[in-house]
Amino acid sequence: MPLLQYEAPTSLAQARQALAGRSDAKILAGGTDLLVQMRLGLRDPALVVDIKHVPELMEITLGEQGLRLGAAVPGAVVTDHPEIGQLYPGFVEALGLIGSSQIQGRCSAGGNLCNASPAADCVPALIANRATCNIMGPDGERTVAVEAFNTGPASNCLAADEILVSIDLPRPGPRSSDAYLRFIPRTEMDIAVAGAAVALSLDEAGVCIDARVAIGAVAPTALLVPAAADALIGGTLDEDSLNRASAAASEAAAPITDKRGTVEYRKKVVGVLVRRAAGVAKARIEATS
Amino acid sequence: MSINIQTDFKTVGTRPIRPDGPDKVTGRAKYGADLNLSGMLYGHIVRSPHAHAVIKSIDFSAALAMPGVVATMSAEDLPEPGDRILPGAEIEMKLKDISPIIMARGKVLFHSQAVAAVAATSESLAAEAAKRVVVEYEVLPHVLDVHAAMADDAPLVHDDVFTQGIDPAPTRPSNLSADFEMAKGDIEAGFAEADLVIERTYNVPMCHQGYIEPHACVARSDENGKIEIWCCTQGPFMVRNMTAEITGIDLGKIKVTASEIGGGFGGKTTVYVEPVATILACKSGRPVKIVMSRDEVFRASGPVSSAETQVKIGAKKDGTLTAIKTDILMDSGAFSSSPILPATMFAAACYRCDNMHSRGREVLTNKPKAWAYRAPGAPQSIMAVECAVNELAQGLGIDPIDFRLLNAVEEGDVPLFGVPFQSIGLKQSLEAAKNHPNYQAALEQNQGRGVAAAFWINAGLQSSATIHVAEDGSLNVLTGNPDIGGSRASMAMLAAEVLGIPVETVRPSVVDTDSVGYCDTTGGSRTTLATGSAVMKAAGMLREELKHRAAAIWNVDIKEVEWYDGMAVVHSGIGIDELRDELRAGTAGRNPEKVLTMAELAAQAGATGGPLTASASVHAHSAQPSFAVNICDVQVDRDTGKVDILRYTCVQDAGKAVHPAYVEGQMQGGAVQGIGWALNEEYLFNDQGVLENAGFLDYRIPVASDLPMIDTVIVEVPNPLHPFGVRGVGEVPICPPMPAVATAVNRAAGTQLYDLPLSPPKLLAAIEGAGADNEAA
Amino acid sequence: MSNPKKIHVSTTVNGEPCEFLCEPGQVLSNALRNNLDMTGTKEGCSTGDCGACSVMLDGALVCSCLVLAAEAEGRTIETVEGVADGNALHPIQQKLLEHAALQCGICTPGIVVAAKSLLERHPDPSEEEVRYYLAGNLCRCTGYDKIIRAVLDAGTVMRGE
Repeated sequence: MPLLQYEAPTSLAQARQALAGRSDAKILAGGTDLLVQMRLGLRDPALVVDIKHVPELMEITLGEQGLRLGAAVPGAVVTDHPEIGQLYPGFVEALGLIGSSQIQGRCSAGGNLCNASPAADCVPALIANRATCNIMGPDGERTVAVEAFNTGPASNCLAADEILVSIDLPRPGPRSSDAYLRFIPRTEMDIAVAGAAVALSLDEAGVCIDARVAIGAVAPTALLVPAAADALIGGTLDEDSLNRASAAASEAAAPITDKRGTVEYRKKVVGVLVRRAAGVAKARIEATS
Repeated sequence: MSINIQTDFKTVGTRPIRPDGPDKVTGRAKYGADLNLSGMLYGHIVRSPHAHAVIKSIDFSAALAMPGVVATMSAEDLPEPGDRILPGAEIEMKLKDISPIIMARGKVLFHSQAVAAVAATSESLAAEAAKRVVVEYEVLPHVLDVHAAMADDAPLVHDDVFTQGIDPAPTRPSNLSADFEMAKGDIEAGFAEADLVIERTYNVPMCHQGYIEPHACVARSDENGKIEIWCCTQGPFMVRNMTAEITGIDLGKIKVTASEIGGGFGGKTTVYVEPVATILACKSGRPVKIVMSRDEVFRASGPVSSAETQVKIGAKKDGTLTAIKTDILMDSGAFSSSPILPATMFAAACYRCDNMHSRGREVLTNKPKAWAYRAPGAPQSIMAVECAVNELAQGLGIDPIDFRLLNAVEEGDVPLFGVPFQSIGLKQSLEAAKNHPNYQAALEQNQGRGVAAAFWINAGLQSSATIHVAEDGSLNVLTGNPDIGGSRASMAMLAAEVLGIPVETVRPSVVDTDSVGYCDTTGGSRTTLATGSAVMKAAGMLREELKHRAAAIWNVDIKEVEWYDGMAVVHSGIGIDELRDELRAGTAGRNPEKVLTMAELAAQAGATGGPLTASASVHAHSAQPSFAVNICDVQVDRDTGKVDILRYTCVQDAGKAVHPAYVEGQMQGGAVQGIGWALNEEYLFNDQGVLENAGFLDYRIPVASDLPMIDTVIVEVPNPLHPFGVRGVGEVPICPPMPAVATAVNRAAGTQLYDLPLSPPKLLAAIEGAGADNEAA
Repeated sequence: MSNPKKIHVSTTVNGEPCEFLCEPGQVLSNALRNNLDMTGTKEGCSTGDCGACSVMLDGALVCSCLVLAAEAEGRTIETVEGVADGNALHPIQQKLLEHAALQCGICTPGIVVAAKSLLERHPDPSEEEVRYYLAGNLCRCTGYDKIIRAVLDAGTVMRGE
C-alpha cells in the first residue's frame, strides 16, 4: 500500500500522539535510509511522521557534561560546528563519512542509529565515546547505552510508540581523543565493509589509561570490544599492544559474506582498522598536548 | 585511393564553446524524461521474478479494475517475430532475439525480463497496478555460468539455437551459440620458434554501460494511426525501424524525436521502452510516458558480456613476437548478441606477428541479453593480450614500450582480420607515451606501473545532413545524430571550415526522423567522421552554389569565381594566387566588384534563384582505425588490498582532432570507465539469477575522489581517406585501461591476479597467497 | 485501494513563492519536475546515489529524490534554474562550458548546484576537497578531470582573482 499520510508534528507530545497505536507508521528524519527503502519497495509505511519540526530533535547542546545531540540534526550541521569536531574528531569524521555531501545535508546520527544497519558508520564512534540514547515513550523518558540500542540488522530497542530524542556524548577527559576508520572499495559513496572506532586517554607519560574500541559491519550490530581496549590499556600503544588489540578485534568480529566482503576479509581488515585508528587517536592526543 | 589532406585550418583544431552548452548548464535542455504532455498516462512494466520459466497465464483483471488504469499490454499485442531479419541493420539481427526483450513471449529467459505492462493516470497508480497483474509461471531450471551452460545436460536457454561456425552443423541444440576460429601462419611452428612463452587465463566480468540517464520515452498516436515518439536514444532512425518491426506498425507512420541524451556508450543503440509506450498509446489513445527506474536499467537493459580469455604468446630473446593464440569465451546472456566477433578479430591487432590463431565462443545463459558498450568486445580480449605482452616483455627484460615498438603494426601490415593497415599512428603513440614525463616518474614501495596499447576499428556507415542559409548568411546545419558528447560543436566547426565562415554563425541542430535524411546511430566512433562528412559534403555543394550565385550577380563565368575565407571573389583578370595574396594582405579592399560575402549572397538569394540550401548523404567508407596507449601508476595498500590510481596517462592517435577538448574528454572518460571495470565494476548474481547490485550504491562506478587528473596526449596521424584527416575517437579509449591497471596492480603487489575486477578482498588474498609462495620458496 | 489524499504545499523556489499539490509519498525531485515543470533537476537513480537531482533546501545541499515534496512546506528551495542571473551565467556554469566539462550533460545541473554550494562554503578548495565534495555527483562521461578544473577555475573567478 502506498504512503497515504504525512504528518509533521511540532512538539514531542504531538509526535507521540501521531505515532500512538500506529504500527504502520515510520519516523522520518533525514530520509536518506527510509525514502530509499520505500523507493526500493523494502518498506511500505502508511504514515510517515516527519520529526524535524520537533525542537528537541534538532538541538545541539554543548556543556560541561558533554554533547547532547538532537537525534535528527543533519550531519553537515555537526561537521560544520566549530567545537564538536575538536572534542570528538572521530565521531564527527564517522558522521561525515555517511554518504555524499548531499546526504550530509539530511542524514543524522539518530537516523543512522535507528536504521540499525550493522555497517552504520557513526555507531561504533558513538559506542567508543560512551554515548547514550535518550528515548521518549508513553511512560516517560529512558536512557540506553548506544551499544545496547540496536538488537540486530534493521532492528532496535524502540517500541512502536517510542522516539529517539537525543544522544549524549560525555565530555572526554584531558589527553583524550578518538578516531574512526572504515574500509570501502572506493573513496566515497560505499557502505562500510568494516569499520573501527577507538577512543583513548593517555597519561603524561603516554601510557594508555583508558580505551574503548568498537567495530562495525562485522557482526549483526556494532560491537564494543573490551578485549581490544584491554590490550591497549596500560601500554604505550606499542607494536605489541596494537597487535593484540588488532587480533582481539578480528577475533570478536562475527561477519557474514555478502556482496560487499567475505568473512575472512572483514575479520582481517577490521583488525587493520583498529590498529590504524588507535594510531590516529594517539597522534591526535599528542598533537594537542 | 589517395586524396589531398588539408593541414591548414581556421576553425578545426580550435576549442569553441559548444552551441548546446548554455542549455545544458542551466537545466533548460530536455532529456528523455523531461517531456510531459497533457492527458499523458504513465506506463509501468511488469517483470519476471524468475530467471527461466514458462508464462502460463497473465491476468490483468485486478489491475484493470482500479480506477485510473487505462490500458495493458503483453506479447499478445505484438506480431509473432517468426524468422524475420531486421531490415537495414548494421549487423544481422533476428526479430525473435529482440521482440522478447520488449515483451517475453511464452517463456522468460532471465530475471526482470519484461512480461506485461500497464498504463495509468499517475506514476504511483501505474506502479500499484503493475503489482496487481497476476502472472502464473512454471519455473524451469536455469543456467548462469558459461561453463555449466556448455555441459551436455545443461538446461537449454533456447531449443532452436544450434552452434554456428562448426562444420558439420550440429544436430542438437546447444547453449554454445557460436564457435569459430581465424588464423594465419603456423601457430605451433611459431611457438616452437619462441624463447619465452606465456600462457595464462584472464577474466573480465559482466558490467553495465552505467549511463546516468535511465531509458525514457513518451509515445502518442493519433486518429490516422500516426505515431510520435520522444525518447533518449543514440539513434532515432534505429528507434523508428525497431519500433516498426516489433509492433508491426508501418515505419512510415512513425516519427521519432531524439531528446538530449544522458549518456549511452552503446547502451542506447536499441529499444527497451519505446515499443511498449507505443502500443499502450495506441490502445489508450493517449500519450504514454515510460521512465525506467535505475533498478530496471541495471536488471533489464544491456549489460556487457563477460569474457574468459586464454592467451598463449611467444617471442624470441630479441623481443620478436613469434606466435599469438587467443581463445575467448563470452557470456551473451539469454540471446545471441555478444561482441564475440570483434573480440576475436581485434584481440592482437596491435601486433605484427606471422603466426596467429584466435577462437571465439559465445554462450547463452539465463541472464539479461548482452549489449554494446564502447568498442564492443575489444576491451575484454585486449585486456588479456596486453597483460600477456607485459609479462612477456618483463620476462625478456625489455621495456614494455620498446617491446611494443619492436612489434607494432604499421602501414602495409595485414592484421588477422585481413584488411591491410593504411597510415596509422600506433608507433607515434608509443613514442609519445615513452617520452611523457609520467613514464619517467619514480615509483616508491608498493607502487607499480602498467602500460597497454589498443586498437579499435571505427565505423563509417550512413549519414545525412541538410544546410539552410538564413537571410543574413548564417547557417542552420541539420543532422539526425543525437549529440552525446559535443558533436553539434564539431558539425558546426566542419561546416564553418568548409565555408570559411565564423563558427558562431553556424547553428547545428539534431532533428527528428521526418526532418532530415537517414542517419545510422550515434556510435562506432562514427559521428564526426560520417555525419561530419555529410555536413562537409553539403557545405561543399553550398559553396559551389554560392559561387554560381556570385557568378550570376557579376555576370561572369563560374570559372572566374573563387571561394575564399567565407566570400566569393572574382579573379578580375588577375591570377588566383595573386588575388589571394591581395586578400591576405587586405589590399583587395571591399570592392564589391571583387568580393561578395555570405551575408551579401544570402541577401540576394531571392534574386539569384531562391533560398540557399543543400542536402547531402554519405555511406562513409573512409573510417580508419584508432590506436591508443595508456600508462597507469598505482599504489597498493598491502594490508587491505585497496588500490589508488596515482597517475594516469592517455595517448591516442585521433587523426585530426576537430575539437581537441572533446577529444581529450573522450580519452579521459573512456579511461575512467576502464579503470572502473578493472577495479570495482561487476554484475553480481545470486544463484537464482537475481542481480544483487542493481544500483549505483553497489554497482560501483568511479567517483570524483577515486581519481587523479587524467593526462592526455593527442597524436594526430591524419586519416588518409578523409579530407581533414579525421578518424573516430570515442571508443578506443576504453580498450587499454584494464590491462594497464591490472599490470600496474600486479607489479605493485607482487601478484599475478588476472581475475577482474581487482577488488580489495581478491587482491588481499592474492597478496597473501604470493607472500606464502615466497616464504615456501 | 483508496487514493492518497493530496497535500497542499506552500514553498519558495528560486526566490519566488510557489504552491503545489503532491501525493504524500511523492519526492521533491518528482514534484519539481512534474508539478512545477522544472525539469532542470534530473533523476538518475532516485536513491541518493548519483546527485543529478541536487538542490539546496534551506541552504543545505540535498538530493531532492530523498526529500518528500510535503517536507518543502514553508522552506526555501534553490534549483539549477535559479543559478544564472537572468541571461548572465554563474561563473561555475561559464567555466564548465569553457573547460568542455560536460559531454552528455545529464549530471551537469547537479554538478552546478553542488559546486556552487561548495564554493560558497569554501571559496578556495584544494583539488582533493573538490573531488570529495563532488563524490556524490556521478559523471560517466568525462572522467571528472575537466569538471574538477572548471570548479577550481570558477573558484578563482568567484574570489575575484
